[in-house]
Amino acid sequence: MEGDRKFGDPILEVQDINLSFGGVTALEGVSFDILNGEVRAIIGPNGAGKSSMLNVINGFYHPQQGQITYKGKTRRQMRPHHAASSGIARTFQNIALFKGMSTLDNIMTGRNTKMRKNLLWQALYLGPAKREELEHRDFVEHVIDFLEIQAIRKTPVGKLPYGMQKRVELGRALAAEPELLLLDEPMAGMNLEEKEDMCRFVLDVNDQFGTTIALIEHDMGVVMDISDRVVVLDYGKKIADGTPEEVRADQRVIEAYLGVTRDDN
Amino acid sequence: MFYREAGQFKTDYASDQALFPIAQDRWFVLAVLFVAVAVVPFFVDDYWANAITLPFLIYALAAIGLNLLTGYCGQVSLGTGGFMAVGAFSTFKLTTAFPELNFIVVILLSGAITAGVGVLFGIPSLRIKGFYLAVATLAAQFFLVWLFNKVDWFLNYSPTGQISMPPREIFGILITGPRAAPEAKYLFCLIFIGIFALLAKNLVRGRVGRSWMAIRDMDIAAELIGIRPLEAKLTAFAVSSFYVGMAGSLYFGVWLGAAEPIEAFGIEQSFLVLFMIIVGGLGSILGSFLGAAFITLMPILMKNFMVDGLQLAVVTAKHIEITMLGVLIIFFLIVEPHGFARLWQIAKEKLRLWPFPH
Amino acid sequence: MNPELLFFLETVIGGLMAGVMYALVALGFVLIFKASGIFNFAQGVMCLFAALALYDFMAPGGWVDRWFGFTFPVWAAIALTIVVMIILAWVIERFVLQYLVQQEPIILFMATIGLAYVLEGVGDILFGSDVKPLDIGLPQGASDWLLDNFNLYVEKLEVVAAVTAAVLVTVLAVFFQRTRIGRALRAVADDHQAALSVGISLRTIWVIVWSVSGIVALVAGIMWGSKSGVQFSLSLIALKALPVLILGGFTSVPGAIVGGLIIGVGEKIAEVYLGPLVGGAIENWFAYMLALAFLLFRPQGLFGERIIERV
Repeated sequence: MEGDRKFGDPILEVQDINLSFGGVTALEGVSFDILNGEVRAIIGPNGAGKSSMLNVINGFYHPQQGQITYKGKTRRQMRPHHAASSGIARTFQNIALFKGMSTLDNIMTGRNTKMRKNLLWQALYLGPAKREELEHRDFVEHVIDFLEIQAIRKTPVGKLPYGMQKRVELGRALAAEPELLLLDEPMAGMNLEEKEDMCRFVLDVNDQFGTTIALIEHDMGVVMDISDRVVVLDYGKKIADGTPEEVRADQRVIEAYLGVTRDDN
Repeated sequence: MFYREAGQFKTDYASDQALFPIAQDRWFVLAVLFVAVAVVPFFVDDYWANAITLPFLIYALAAIGLNLLTGYCGQVSLGTGGFMAVGAFSTFKLTTAFPELNFIVVILLSGAITAGVGVLFGIPSLRIKGFYLAVATLAAQFFLVWLFNKVDWFLNYSPTGQISMPPREIFGILITGPRAAPEAKYLFCLIFIGIFALLAKNLVRGRVGRSWMAIRDMDIAAELIGIRPLEAKLTAFAVSSFYVGMAGSLYFGVWLGAAEPIEAFGIEQSFLVLFMIIVGGLGSILGSFLGAAFITLMPILMKNFMVDGLQLAVVTAKHIEITMLGVLIIFFLIVEPHGFARLWQIAKEKLRLWPFPH
Repeated sequence: MNPELLFFLETVIGGLMAGVMYALVALGFVLIFKASGIFNFAQGVMCLFAALALYDFMAPGGWVDRWFGFTFPVWAAIALTIVVMIILAWVIERFVLQYLVQQEPIILFMATIGLAYVLEGVGDILFGSDVKPLDIGLPQGASDWLLDNFNLYVEKLEVVAAVTAAVLVTVLAVFFQRTRIGRALRAVADDHQAALSVGISLRTIWVIVWSVSGIVALVAGIMWGSKSGVQFSLSLIALKALPVLILGGFTSVPGAIVGGLIIGVGEKIAEVYLGPLVGGAIENWFAYMLALAFLLFRPQGLFGERIIERV
């Protein structure tokens, strides 16, 4: 996956995003874009504002300043529901599955924005409502097959091991058939094998479905291997943006990661 | 030995999604229904109807309602008594204002009115959560009961401060009023509640139920995957209040026949129904039935035992009953915080393996 | 002074005094919720239980009198009741809470409702359910000084209640801020697991905090009991304290005090000026509506910090 990969126009552009909580600044003048079909990594030390950036993209946080252009439409801010129904799905740093529900039901919630039948039809569970439910069940089964989690279909997710929960969470995001998939540390806390599995799924998703992926990850090896372009945040500011090779060679990135204090002023 | 699912292969998702995917379960449910419809009516006299079967069925309906809101959507409500009052008073006003209206329509309309009131009092749930919301629902409880007690229009200017249900027929059979046959009342409630339990079950296993549970388990994540909290919470309040309102309607119309707002719809009712769903199992339709059975039957058994068996004074027995109810609730919470529904599941698991547990 | 203004002033003072009483009950809730995350619905019944126990230790015709033929002096009766409340706290921890540590808040809430039933039933069986006048020698009637000098009618008892509440809150604040146990309590309130991991015994802390709120319940029980006798309805003051809680926050001691005052004054004013217009008896729900309206504009309560939600 070297230079031969071709990407389309930007699917998402953020411009000059400023976000603060009370007096604490989380993001300051951050701009970057994500191209259609690429794997875009967002990296940076702890507290750099990476998760806040994802939260801005899918509308959970509303920035005080800046604009977001998604699929050609420019907005001041996104709304969570709007982001979800227009094709942005995500996973979370600390697993945010619905603990009381089975794997199957969890993944089915990913189809929620696509289901149309109203309350009355569902209460009757006849004809159209039943057909709709089965159609979506069919799609979800494909996701389950893809992620190789058939055996835990009916298990309550609270009982699953950590790595499996991460996989179910990815499944829930995939079930929404996203155009832009936001992954917040999908490999955190995993062992090597689990990481390899997860990398494979991420690349397969990108490859087979053409889904654009933005991911936050701490494991540099993984980031350098699977991402096409990398944006680096530090203390809420963008300090580098480019291919993995470019970023790796950037002086400011090295300083940010090694904690070197600047003494040039 | 008899409870095995081996050999029952499902070849499409439709049969996997069925209500009772295992054949033995289907037979069991049919058997229970058969007994309830064809055997029990022969034994139902006034005492059995008014003290046991009607309370059980009607409280089960209310418990299903509250369970939809609290067990499935995670919004604790202490306003059940107040919402039952809305159902009851809607029924009273509708039947007295439109005597020709079919009683079933009256019940459904009462449910719908309660749903509207429920949505109104559910609006705070968008801003406040957990116990703050639970306490806020007490506002509904106290305000509604006060309203029905104070405004004479709701009581049809009755000088006694009571409302009483006029006799009404369905398909020519008397259902309400003092002269209605106990078996008619029983069968009517049974069929009505059976149907609505089924509808509730369908709801909770579909999209709506999943969005409720998502809100319950992690509301932020639910919002970020595109479930609108506003829609999910308010539908939960609406559907839940609809059920509770219908239960209030039957409670007043079929079971009690006459009611006084403060006595019949006090905060004790709210707690009683909450107990039912906790003891029965949060997030379980079956649990609502089991909880309702336990909470309605237990005091009767205890009273019979203490007053008739031990010859205790009625007042003392009442005090012991309250104490024992408290003790039993604590005991069940400690032994099985997930209620009878979970015990039932465990029993089924055991039965699947029996008699070879390994 | 203008009689209307005077009447208004009396209403406000009456409200403030009632508010102090509410705050006393709310305080018991806050202590337990802060330390254990339990919404203790039995707090009201604990007030009743404490007042009943106190009555039976000291009053002629009480339980002790009937069985042993003597009564305790007031100070000994209060000391004994405190011992009873501590034992009660221990029993509750030993037989109920211990088994429910890891459960959901709603399960614990339900358990405290069960507890309320048990205490109510046991209280009735042990002490009988008739109304008992509680007189531990607190001053009764109107304050002559205020009546003479300002023409204001204020109950002496309510002034005593206000002073007692102030002292109690000060003592509690010092206890929380300055003592080792207080520090442990705050640690537990912040994070159970973390507190456990630095060697704080959760069970001891729970017994202590339930004892403290039992003592607070006793104080509230004495005040309310002196005012209107000890009877079952005393346990219903818990329902009065709940709006205070949502207004002031479940975890804030100053919130309970200020919330209590706001609710007390708001309720009194509404009762006097609004009540007659709508047929009276609005005190059952007005406080709730007031708190609810307030919450809609400030969901984090009076003193709560704005919560930053993260994922």
